[in-house]
Amino acid sequence: MAQVSLENVRKVYPNGFQAVAPTQIEIKDGEFTVLVGPSGCGKSTLLRMIAGLEDITEGALRIGNRVVNHVDPADRDIAMVFQNYALYPHMTVRRNIGYGLKNRKTPSDAIEAKVQQAAKFLNLTEYLDHKPSQLSGGQRQRVAMGRAVVRDPSLFLFDEPLSNLDAKLRQKMRVEIKALQRRLGVTSIYVTHDQVEAMTMADRIIVMNGGGVEQIGTPAEIYHAPATTFVASFMGAPPMNLLDARLDSGQLMINGNTALMAASGEGEITVGIRPEDVLLHPEGDILFQVEIVEELGAHRLLHGKLADQPFTIYLGKEVAAQTGETRISLPPEALRMFDKNSGKAL
Amino acid sequence: MTDITHIPARPIKWSTVLDHAILITGALFMLIPMLMVLQTVTTTDVQTIQNGPEFVIGDQFGANFHKAMYESSGFSGENSGTSMLINSMILGLGFALGKIVIGMMAAYALVYFRLRFATFAFWLIFTTLLLPLEVRILPSYEVAQKLGLLNTYTGLIVPLIASATATFFFRQYFRSIPEELVEAARIDGAGPIKFFIDILMPLSQTMIAAMFIIMFVYGWNQYLWPTMITTEEGMYTLVRGIKQITQSFEGTNIPEYGRANMLALIAILPPVAVVIFFQSWFVKGLTETDK
Repeated sequence: MAQVSLENVRKVYPNGFQAVAPTQIEIKDGEFTVLVGPSGCGKSTLLRMIAGLEDITEGALRIGNRVVNHVDPADRDIAMVFQNYALYPHMTVRRNIGYGLKNRKTPSDAIEAKVQQAAKFLNLTEYLDHKPSQLSGGQRQRVAMGRAVVRDPSLFLFDEPLSNLDAKLRQKMRVEIKALQRRLGVTSIYVTHDQVEAMTMADRIIVMNGGGVEQIGTPAEIYHAPATTFVASFMGAPPMNLLDARLDSGQLMINGNTALMAASGEGEITVGIRPEDVLLHPEGDILFQVEIVEELGAHRLLHGKLADQPFTIYLGKEVAAQTGETRISLPPEALRMFDKNSGKAL
Repeated sequence: MTDITHIPARPIKWSTVLDHAILITGALFMLIPMLMVLQTVTTTDVQTIQNGPEFVIGDQFGANFHKAMYESSGFSGENSGTSMLINSMILGLGFALGKIVIGMMAAYALVYFRLRFATFAFWLIFTTLLLPLEVRILPSYEVAQKLGLLNTYTGLIVPLIASATATFFFRQYFRSIPEELVEAARIDGAGPIKFFIDILMPLSQTMIAAMFIIMFVYGWNQYLWPTMITTEEGMYTLVRGIKQITQSFEGTNIPEYGRANMLALIAILPPVAVVIFFQSWFVKGLTETDK
C-alpha cells in the first residue's frame, strides 16, 4: 500500500515537445484514481513516468515515502496492466503469471502457490496450461491482471486495459477490476479516454488536457461542478451544453435579451447546463429548435439549436418528443458560468 | 418428379492440357540429371563408359558407396567420404549457427538499445551486402593467414559468419514485436540478457528456423573460401572433394563416375533433410500467429 505524490513533475521530449506540464498530484493510499482525457493529452505519458518506462524531466515522484525518479521499473513495487495485455505469447498462463516472481528469485513452490491462488481468484484455474492465443480477450485480460496481482504490489497501474474488448465485456470487466481493487485495497491509477469508465470506477478523477491537469475531484464534483469548459464538454454523454451569454445590469442574458437569472458582473461569458437539467415547459421563455430526436430506449436525446448554437436535451421515455419548435426553461440552480476566454468556472 | 438430367461430360480444356504439358516438361528437365546420378551409382565405371546412361539399375550401389565413403581419393589418404562429410557438417552447422547468433545479437543491439548512430551503423552493415566474399578474398585470406587460421575449422567458419542478411531479417522481425511486451518484461524484472533469452529467442523460433535453412545450405555449398583456406586433404569438404576425384582419362586411369556421383548424392542429402525438417516447423510457426 502506498500513497503517490507528484511534485511539479514535468516531461519534455528531446525535440522540445512538452508532453506533461508541471503537475502536482497527491494520490491517497488505497485510492482508485482515474486519469482521463482525449488522445494525446499526456495521460499515458504520465502513467508511464510513474511506471518508470519514461524518464522524468523535472520534479519529484514519490511512491510511498521514497523518491523513485531513478529507480528501475522492476524495483518500484508496482504492477502494470497494458492495453494489449502484453502477455508473453510463447509462455503458458502459469508461466506468464509467475514470470515476474521467477525473476525475483522466489522459490518455485511459493510461485506455484501464488499462481494457483491468483488463478482461483480470477477463474483461470482450468486455463493455467493454455497459451494466451487459446484464450478469449476477457480471459487474456484476466491473465494480465493475474500477473499484476501475484506480485503483491503497492501500486497498480492500468493503461487503457479495456479498450480492446467489446462493449458488453468491457462493462463486465469494469466491475471486476473495481471489485478486485476494493478487495485488495491497493492504490491504483487507471488511464482511460472513456469518460464512462472514469465516472463509474474512480474514487477520484483527474481530467487532463494538452499535457496539463484540468481538474481533480470525485466523479460527482467533476460532473456537477466542472472547473473548466473543457471538463464540462468532455465529461458526460451527452456533454454539458455551452452557450454564449452576457452579463448585463445584474442579469445573465442569452440570445440577446432573454434573462436567465440575476447575476453580478459585466461582459461576455459562457454558460453551461447539463442536458438532463433542461426542462420542457409550455410557458418557458426560451425557444429551442429541435432538429433530430435520438431514441435510446430508456430515454431520448433532442438535438437542435438554441439561439443558433448547438444544444441538447435529455428526456425521459415518458415524455413525447418531436422535431420543431419547443419551449424550454433553464433552471437557474443548474446553470454554470465560465469565463469566456480562459474557460475557467466563475 | 423430373427425370434425372443427363450431365454432359466435362469438355476437355486444351489450355489446361497445355499448362500441364509445360509443367511436366519442366519437372522432367529438373529430374533427369538426378535420375542419371541415381542410375550411375548402381553400375560400374567401365559399364558407364561403355554404354553411357542406361535404363538399367545395376548392382554396384554397395560397392560404389563403400568406395566413396571409406576409400581415400587423395595422396595423403585423409580425405575419405566420411571425413569430408564430417567437415562439411562442421562448416554448414558452424556457418549457420554462427550467422544466426551474430545476426541476432547485432539486431538486438540495433533495435533495443539507444545507440547514438544505430541507424547509421545499420546501413553500414547493410552496405556490406554489396561486398561479397569474392571481392575481399585476398585481404580476407591475408588476415586469416596472419592469424594462423589456415587449415583450421576456425579459419573455415569465422571469417564468413558476419552476416548482413541475418542481421537485417532479425532487425525487421524484432521491430515487429510489440513495444508493450518489452515494457511488461521490464516491469517483470527481466534485464537485457533475461529478455533476450526468455522472451526474444523463443519468439524468434520461426525466424531462426528460416535463417537456419538458408544459411545451412549456403554454408554447405561454400566452395571458394574452403578452397583458399584449406590445403590439407583432411580438411576437405564434400563439395570440394568431389572435384578431386578423377573425372577424365588420365594415362591408365578411368574416370570414377560411380564414386563421384555417389559423393554428389551424399552431398545433396543433408541440405534436403534440413529443408524438409525445418520447413514443417517454419510453416507451423507461420500459421500459429500469436505474436
